[in-house]
Amino acid sequence: MLRVENLDVFYGDAQALDGVSLDIAQGAIVAIVGANGAGKTSLIRTIAGMHKPARGAVRYRGKDIAGWPSHKVCDLGIGQVAEGRQVFPSLSVAENLMMGAMLPRARASRARNLERAYALFPVLTERRQQAAGTLSGGEQQMLAIGRCLMGEPELVMFDEPSLGLAPAVVQSVLKAVRDLNRDGLTCVLVEQNVAVSLKLASHAYVLENGRVTLTGSGAALLGDDRVRQAYLGL
Amino acid sequence: MIARLTDGVSRRALVLLGLALAAALVAPLFAGDYLLTVLILIFYFAYVGQAWNIMMGFAGQLSLGHALYVGLGAYTAAALYVHFGVGPWIGLLVAVPLAALAGAFIGFLAFRFRVGGVYFAILTIAVAEFARVGFDHLSWTAGSSGLFLPVKQYAHNDLWLLRGSPAMFYYVLLTATVLAFIGCRALLKSRIGYFWLAIREDEQAARAAGIDTFRYKMAAVVISAAMTSFAGVIYAFYYNNLFPEQVFHISRSIEIILGPIVGGVGTLFGPILGAFILTGLAETLTGAMAMLGIDLPGAKQVFYGICLLLVIMALPDGVWPWLARRIGLKERGE
Repeated sequence: MLRVENLDVFYGDAQALDGVSLDIAQGAIVAIVGANGAGKTSLIRTIAGMHKPARGAVRYRGKDIAGWPSHKVCDLGIGQVAEGRQVFPSLSVAENLMMGAMLPRARASRARNLERAYALFPVLTERRQQAAGTLSGGEQQMLAIGRCLMGEPELVMFDEPSLGLAPAVVQSVLKAVRDLNRDGLTCVLVEQNVAVSLKLASHAYVLENGRVTLTGSGAALLGDDRVRQAYLGL
Repeated sequence: MIARLTDGVSRRALVLLGLALAAALVAPLFAGDYLLTVLILIFYFAYVGQAWNIMMGFAGQLSLGHALYVGLGAYTAAALYVHFGVGPWIGLLVAVPLAALAGAFIGFLAFRFRVGGVYFAILTIAVAEFARVGFDHLSWTAGSSGLFLPVKQYAHNDLWLLRGSPAMFYYVLLTATVLAFIGCRALLKSRIGYFWLAIREDEQAARAAGIDTFRYKMAAVVISAAMTSFAGVIYAFYYNNLFPEQVFHISRSIEIILGPIVGGVGTLFGPILGAFILTGLAETLTGAMAMLGIDLPGAKQVFYGICLLLVIMALPDGVWPWLARRIGLKERGE
């Protein structure tokens, strides 16, 4: 569904991605694992059209979309839940959700998607008139996911969805990712929490210094000595 | 349309709004000559403040060079009138697109090349300063010696040529302020308004949500510039003289933004309330000093500074959100 080929990305002189290639099959959960600064967020931002690659291709359903502006990428059905719960703090929960449905592809099915978002995260229903800035961290993350779903994506890239959340909330956020995947959503999961994300993932990539150093099924990587040593501390 | 605009506004707010408008409509009947000139100034600043607020208050783009658009509007319409006898309402058809183009130029430079925040503000100052120096040397508009519109006594008000009494200018500016208010409310309630708020709140998140931020930031600058230039046209025909050193000067740009800041950036009533507070009090101060025989040049600027300090310290959101709560009007993002 999404194929990244030999992607090189620079920030000024610093190279963030160096010949990264990966393949994301329809209906999969693909985990991307790596230390801070390995290039995970750069990868997501480049796919989402928020950063132009120096070289390489991003093929979505066969079409090379590398360097497309982000609003066009979104309208293809590639959504992202960006790092750090990017909600619009002074707008209400309902307004935040509506903001996700402004894409041409999603306008017609707005009401249905809104219902779906509230069904997925019932706590948002209670808070629908509240300013998003007053929500707890976990609720803001749910809102960010809900807003992304309002755009009717076929593929969603989650960037550190569990960052800074309480363990119980982490569970419910990751459960939501799994449920969405079961309903047919293709997911790319970038997570600090390596053990959990590898358990969830059907396929995983390890990024180190902007390069893919290891790839395999989630279970295989969980059993890999290098992964266990570097990321799981075992 | 009307139902949509008043949706969510309490009956009480509508009544108060109606009363305020009625008071503004009859004010010239009771106001003396001096008070009328003060009211003209107030509505001038209310209107331009509203236009500036679209950029800063809605879309979060700080312009410190709005004198550019006032000046372009003023000079274009005045020059067309002086040289070709073209009336201001026809002149508008040239002045407004020209200002919009200038806004688009600044916007394109800034947003295409990712110039944001403080650097964007500096760019707006720079272009306004360019215009100031440029018009100083433009002989077609008489350069630094100033462009003058022919003035004579008029037996009656000529609205078509904007020649006549202060009361006429008062009503023109009042109408402009009311229309700008309604227009801004409509913009804020429409899709573009929500996009602007999203960009203001978190531009990265707006892009992640699939909003074409370049396009909507451009729209904010162009709409704001076009609106502002209309005030410039009125300015030219009201004062009848234009000097680049005055019209394009940075202190004009600063004056424009003080009202909305004092009244409340991003609110619809902020620019209007701020204009009343600042201009009203400053003119009172000037009048009182004249009466007491005190001559202190620059007292007005000091007064503006003190007002700004007080508001920033006591009511960082501006006076209007606070006042709206006090008089029991709901205030949420408007």
